[in-house]
Amino acid sequence: MTMNKKTEQKIAFALFRLLGLLVAGILFWILGFIIYNGIGVISWEFLTTAPTEGMTAGGIFPAIAGTLCLVAGSVALAFPVGVMSAVYMNEYAGNNWMVRFIRVMTNNLGSIPSIVFGLFGMTLFVNTLGFGDSILAGSCTLGLLVLPLIIRTTEEALKAIPGSFRTGSLALGASKLQTIRKVVLPMAFPNIVTGLILSVGRVSGETAPILFTVAAYFLPKLPDSLFSQVMALPYHLYVIATSGTDIEASRPIAYGTALVLIVIVLLMNLLAATLRKLK
Amino acid sequence: MIQAKDINFYYGDFQALKNISMEIAAHTVTAFIGPSGCGKSTFLRLFNRMNDLIDNVRLTGECLVEGENIYHKSVQVDELRKKVGMVFQKPNPFPKSIFENVAYGLRVNGIRDKKYIARQVEESLRAAALWDEVKDKLKKSAFELSGGQQQRLCIARALAISPSILLMDEPASALDPISTSKIEELIHSLKKDYTIVIVTHNMQQAARVSDKTGFFMLGELIEYDDTKKIFLKPEKEQTQNYITGRFG
Amino acid sequence: MKRLRLITERLAEAALALSGSVSSLAILLIIVFLFREGLGLFGSSSVEKGYALCVHSSNPVEQLTPQQVKQIFDRELTDWREAGGRQGEIVPFRFDELFSLYSEEELGEDGELLAQRLGEVIARTPDVIAFVPEEYLPRGNRAVKVLPAEKISPSAFFGGREWLPTATPAPQFGVLPLIMGTVWVSLFAILIALPLGLGVAIYMSELAGARIRKLLKPTIELLAGIPSVVYGFFGLAVLAPLIRETLHLPVGETAFAGSLILAIMALPTIITIAEDAMRRTPLAMREASLALGATPWQTIYRVVVPCASSGIMAAVVLGTGRAVGETMAVLMVTGNAAVMPHSLFQPVRAIPATIAAELGEAPAGGAHYQSLFLLGCILFAITMLISVSAEYISGKNSGKEI
Repeated sequence: MTMNKKTEQKIAFALFRLLGLLVAGILFWILGFIIYNGIGVISWEFLTTAPTEGMTAGGIFPAIAGTLCLVAGSVALAFPVGVMSAVYMNEYAGNNWMVRFIRVMTNNLGSIPSIVFGLFGMTLFVNTLGFGDSILAGSCTLGLLVLPLIIRTTEEALKAIPGSFRTGSLALGASKLQTIRKVVLPMAFPNIVTGLILSVGRVSGETAPILFTVAAYFLPKLPDSLFSQVMALPYHLYVIATSGTDIEASRPIAYGTALVLIVIVLLMNLLAATLRKLK
Repeated sequence: MIQAKDINFYYGDFQALKNISMEIAAHTVTAFIGPSGCGKSTFLRLFNRMNDLIDNVRLTGECLVEGENIYHKSVQVDELRKKVGMVFQKPNPFPKSIFENVAYGLRVNGIRDKKYIARQVEESLRAAALWDEVKDKLKKSAFELSGGQQQRLCIARALAISPSILLMDEPASALDPISTSKIEELIHSLKKDYTIVIVTHNMQQAARVSDKTGFFMLGELIEYDDTKKIFLKPEKEQTQNYITGRFG
Repeated sequence: MKRLRLITERLAEAALALSGSVSSLAILLIIVFLFREGLGLFGSSSVEKGYALCVHSSNPVEQLTPQQVKQIFDRELTDWREAGGRQGEIVPFRFDELFSLYSEEELGEDGELLAQRLGEVIARTPDVIAFVPEEYLPRGNRAVKVLPAEKISPSAFFGGREWLPTATPAPQFGVLPLIMGTVWVSLFAILIALPLGLGVAIYMSELAGARIRKLLKPTIELLAGIPSVVYGFFGLAVLAPLIRETLHLPVGETAFAGSLILAIMALPTIITIAEDAMRRTPLAMREASLALGATPWQTIYRVVVPCASSGIMAAVVLGTGRAVGETMAVLMVTGNAAVMPHSLFQPVRAIPATIAAELGEAPAGGAHYQSLFLLGCILFAITMLISVSAEYISGKNSGKEI
């Protein structure tokens, strides 16, 4: 019996080690595959020129520029709202039913599939508000999508600040708003920025919400206003991987686009991790 | 029954036990007392190798249980722990039924005979003076019991696998006075079948339940003798100071 | 001065409260807009907009279901008896067939005689059923009977086994194949991801040393950060061909490929939450188990895992939520055949992928468009249910019986 018990443990533990390795292996397989195939495509020219010859040659500059616009737009909308929302929940409202309700709603918002955001953005922003397929409509949709992430990370950052700092400031005659502005927010800042960086990573990779709100199949020129359509990296990858003019010929471009996307995500994760370590 | 020879124990660079030797006889109750952080719990946990769970620790010296060096490579820790049961400071029943809590030790040791398990559970609960209170609700969650009952359940759980030694790490410190006195009575009645080592910071308790007492301070065993002698006529001044400072 | 300060304070608080309400407001708006568009489907006609169906007036059939209409024009239903009429072979007639029956002069220069000719055709063919634009209906012709267009019913939508939103004359909006597609793909994804994720969670929380944990944790975070379209691309470029070749299938884009990709995508969610739950198991529980002579492995599966069971359940539920709502990866690797699945190794189509693939082509306001919004409502309802139950499960403490 004792022998059994020991063997059982050995087998189980060996299996778990194997699983751990497997999961790491999967990641490196995916990363390796895309880096290996994509690295040769990346060049200064690839990053700075528009697609040519039915998107089988040339670069992906319009898609990069479009994604940058969308990231900037959505974060500019969601970041202030998210931070303020978290400040309200953590600093003003006590632990009453309102806050619990908002928290549940925020969690629910975070669990809605991205395609539903796409549908919603299309009816509200594109049609009802008349933004049309535009950076504005896309940014609003993406902004709603990352709002829960920003609220959650900010709330955690605020919670980590010990109450003694608040009472200390209040005891010196500072008002609540001053305390928040001068003491709480600066202290929580590194963690809040971590949340911001993670949302940049998230927004740059989302496809489904922009399908019907902003993304253009092929648009070699750069946007000139908030109401322009743009290309975007994830949508571009989807298009040339599945329905381009010549899927085989545009494969290298697809690898390159995927690599750029992954590099963005990697960079953001790295940045967030470094920030977390710094403080 | 238990022999410790020149025990030194380190947490990283910190030496928690300094050169301790001690012999504990069978069917006695031995109490370890001393200020907190003196190493009494660490010493107790050597006897069932509970300290193995902590990273970065080091032990020198020998520790024999029933004549066998329990830190020898050939020793199987789980077999040792079957022989040396333990009751912890806070009652820590599993989130299972009362019955399953007591049966746990039997099940993990590969016993499947249902009749035997049922008998053993009843006997252990009787020995822990809990049977009459729980016999009608064995299927209920252990969390429905009071703190004192939970601790007696934990004692029953330890008894179910028929250990010869029972280690108790401040078993009554989280309990109210009435529950505490029940536990103390229980210790008294268990003495005839088990060798009991109890860590306590309550000196009255040590005086009430133990035959022998060891006084620890800063990782050293200052004095180890019959309980009566320790409390009435200690040899060392430190013991005297500790006892008079806190006792009576 | 003091008053100004007070006013700023009040204003700031109001602004903050307003921001706090944005997420709730967003959910409310999503519900309103989605359901407004989606529920409109049940009011709309089952026949293509602007068209009508007519039969000979002697035909006793008064009404046809959308499915019967489709079967008639697909020549699957060939006798009127099967549609509740008298015996006689059904003659389906499409409007454009007029142009091969009559010359241009006979139809009139500007098509002013179209309706009349149509009436003639119907009058001389008692077993005809014609699909015609409303404007050319031969009104006033005694021989022509217009069949009332049936409204699309909830039972036809939720119980329908055919998803053919662009079929003419009667598009089919049976959502069952899509629901089944979603269920199959997500279910198998979780079946793959659960043991794998639980194993890795156990490894990370119980076995791995601090150094390995420090390596594995960011790896898993990264896995969670990779965009779904990249997963889809990986599935398309690597997994699908691999599956096709190793299993000798005609196509690699199957439910199985989708499940594999979704399993990988659900892994980080499951691992992170399950690991957290297991780490929260009190040390006292582990010590108690070990002190009773249990091995570490016995302690894990008899104490740690049961103690963490509510957390693990929440992990599974949230992982399922991620799988059900995932769009791009599934769209790219499952092959998207809208048929009832009967094997893992055939193409299927999930709900989110359907929306993504078809919304661009569906004319706004039409039945197809509305049906896609209704799919969105279904998706929304499912994920809400999942999110709420996950909250409920993890809200319950582990202080319960196992």
